[in-house]
Amino acid sequence: MKTNNFMEVKFKAESVNESFARICVASFCLPLNPTLDEINDIKTAVSEAVTNCVVHAYPKGEGDVVVRVELDANEVVISVSDKGIGIKDFKKAREPFYTTKADEERSGMGFAVMESFMDKVELQKNGDKGLVVVLRKRLKRSALTKQSC
Amino acid sequence: MKLKSRIYNGTLYVLLCGELDEHSASYVREEMDKAFGSGIFKQIIIDLSELEFMDSTGIGVLIGRYKKMKDRSIPIYICNPSSHAEKIFKMTGLYELMPKIV
Repeated sequence: MKTNNFMEVKFKAESVNESFARICVASFCLPLNPTLDEINDIKTAVSEAVTNCVVHAYPKGEGDVVVRVELDANEVVISVSDKGIGIKDFKKAREPFYTTKADEERSGMGFAVMESFMDKVELQKNGDKGLVVVLRKRLKRSALTKQSC
Repeated sequence: MKLKSRIYNGTLYVLLCGELDEHSASYVREEMDKAFGSGIFKQIIIDLSELEFMDSTGIGVLIGRYKKMKDRSIPIYICNPSSHAEKIFKMTGLYELMPKIV
């Protein structure tokens, strides 16, 4: 895929950075002229993916999260990566209400929300360690704007 | 994130202000439980008019509060959700537990 623009940020897997990640990605997407609904969808999906890193990836210590955003003509591709413990069963993890931390009042809806708000969600192993969540969304107004020019 | 509460005519009103995510969840949980544990009321209305962001962590917090109040037979209602919060509530089925009121 030809990429018109991209950015990458790396930060500590701490909940205090979730807001930064959301705002950072949303700001970078603005040149594609997204609607408010689309921006909110993207912010929510990013928040879910980063929360997964913060809550699940590093149970025995500290680690990093890398968020990469690629902008094509009218598509946003966001990769949220960690080098943590990964997920053994991708299929199970994507089931609504499935959580490994039910005692912490977790809804288990993280992946369901990502899938609902984005066009496509992919889970991949991050090399030999960790997880990559790839979120894709095609922006509608951006395509219309491009056609009308 | 801030939380304000008051009791009026037997109803506990809770106003959530700011962003409800993993970072603010424990604060919201504690403050809601404090508010839920003080005073006498027959129902709870959670006002989301000043909630700027929420993800599924917020759903977990709300479901946790619902379970606690269900034991006391006190219903919880949601009012003034943003279109974004509404989208999350509808897809997760939260309105089945906490109906929306106008």
